[in-house]
Amino acid sequence: MVQSVPSRQGPGDWLRSALPKLVLSPSLALVVIFVYGFIFFTFYLSMTDSRILPSFGYVGLENYEKLFRLRSWSIAVDNLFVFGGLYIVICCVLGLALAILLDQKIRAEGAIRTIYLYPMALSFIVTGTAWKWFLDPGIGLEAVVQGWGWESFTFDWIKNRQMAIYTIVIAAVWQTSGFVMAMFLAGLRGIDNEVLKAAQIDGASNWALYRRIVIPQLRPAFMSAFVVLAHMAIKSYDLVIALTNGGPGRATELPATFMYSYTFTRNQMGIGAASATIMLMTIAAIIVPYLWSELREKS
Amino acid sequence: MAGGASDTVVRTGRTSRFVIYTILTVFCIYYLLPLYVMVVNSLKPLDEIRGGGMLSLPQAWTLAPWSSAWSTAQIGVEATGLRPYFLNSILMVVPAVVISTLLGALNGYVLTKWRFRGDTIIFGLMLFGCFIPFQMVLIPMARMLGLMGLAGTVPGLVFVHLVYGIGFSTLYFRNYYAQFPTELVRAAMIDGAGFFKIFQRIMLPSSGPIAVVCIIWQFTNIWNDFLFGASFADFDSQPMTVALNNLVSSSTGVKEYNVHFAGAIMAALPTLLVYVVAGRFFVRGLMAGSVKG
Repeated sequence: MVQSVPSRQGPGDWLRSALPKLVLSPSLALVVIFVYGFIFFTFYLSMTDSRILPSFGYVGLENYEKLFRLRSWSIAVDNLFVFGGLYIVICCVLGLALAILLDQKIRAEGAIRTIYLYPMALSFIVTGTAWKWFLDPGIGLEAVVQGWGWESFTFDWIKNRQMAIYTIVIAAVWQTSGFVMAMFLAGLRGIDNEVLKAAQIDGASNWALYRRIVIPQLRPAFMSAFVVLAHMAIKSYDLVIALTNGGPGRATELPATFMYSYTFTRNQMGIGAASATIMLMTIAAIIVPYLWSELREKS
Repeated sequence: MAGGASDTVVRTGRTSRFVIYTILTVFCIYYLLPLYVMVVNSLKPLDEIRGGGMLSLPQAWTLAPWSSAWSTAQIGVEATGLRPYFLNSILMVVPAVVISTLLGALNGYVLTKWRFRGDTIIFGLMLFGCFIPFQMVLIPMARMLGLMGLAGTVPGLVFVHLVYGIGFSTLYFRNYYAQFPTELVRAAMIDGAGFFKIFQRIMLPSSGPIAVVCIIWQFTNIWNDFLFGASFADFDSQPMTVALNNLVSSSTGVKEYNVHFAGAIMAALPTLLVYVVAGRFFVRGLMAGSVKG
């Protein structure tokens, strides 16, 4: 954008014109080494016989073959589909519904928004701790409702192999849905009212107004929400550790917890690296097209 | 509202407004419930919780769980409470936030006002680094920290957070400086001002809002991190989140739920405080991290 101003020749000129690049270069070097160099290193490890420590005996794709035959990996992947699918859909539906309701000139809108969004400021470990005990049948919701006199009430999902994964969904939705609401609300505020007024004069009902005109215009907000939620779902680690620690049994194991336990406690570093590589490729498939279009639009 | 002054077109009747307010209130309760549970149960004796009273107010109010969580609770093998780990988190967060924000400001300045061929690609490479699953860097980073003599130390964690924080801080400042009039920079250059002088005299004084956004974002993210803390810290350099998880999930002895809740609030308090005081900037940072432009 800015050309350096031509001035008298001298030894300082080279420095002056190179200075911006010199300033940028430490950051670039850090990123090149610690992001891309490390990605390459882990990718390479995934094709070696590394166990407790990195080792460089090349074994080709053997770790990937082993990985996909492992029962605990397929459980983790299945769980990710259940968790990620429900998490994304519920957050979007809830976020959109709350945003539309909040967009009706609500009194105290600011206060309500603040309440809906504060979970986003918390650590997943805090969220996990709160929900872990609230959902615990011995002391939490189940015990409370039974104490109110509904003796047969049961809510033991967190201890139940079939249902435990849904408790992760409950806590994760609680944490993020307010944020998705804020994204949709920003989208709603950007919609031109003239089109809506015209449609209304033509006799469109509120419902038709939203379904036909407003929601289709929220496509960019849906895209952003999807990308953010999908990449958060794939990276989910802290919440599972705090809420269920992968249990009961392996019922709430996700790829991120699988990677950690295979690499650092089961000493199968090659397989751990292979699982990390799969995670990276999944996220890249979602993020790269998104960043690409965002950056191209800009320049 | 009369005339065309209204900013919402959709009109709602009395009944539907009642329904809307009811739904919004129900969700307020839903979002506040876990916080309520944490607060009331951190202020009551253990037997009140065990007796099925998790949702009731304390009958005998007590601050004992708080003092226990802060200074005497068993974390791992030592009964130190969360205090030393709170300190670790502060020692980790402050330098990491300051340095990554400064670097982000410089990078954003270069990438918008001193553009060169390939700068968008460099920015894209930095940005992608924000989104990678960090599982992909755990193994080599553990080795690297060992080689650097930083394994298991708080400075090691500062370094890790600094490296992976650069992408977002660069993003914030780049998008902000892109709106800044380039003519001003050019005029200063013609007057003979150099690279750093322009940065210091022209860019920095107008960077207040984005600096707040960036600092809040980095502070929240780094304070709340668990994965790096769990992977790279020793017992005595653990951050707050890792210590809290150890406190809650330790399998020995009686489960002191009230102490756990008090500890959870302690871990949440700094970021909650920032959110309450500067929520507007927090939201702006969240949005810039997802809905760019």
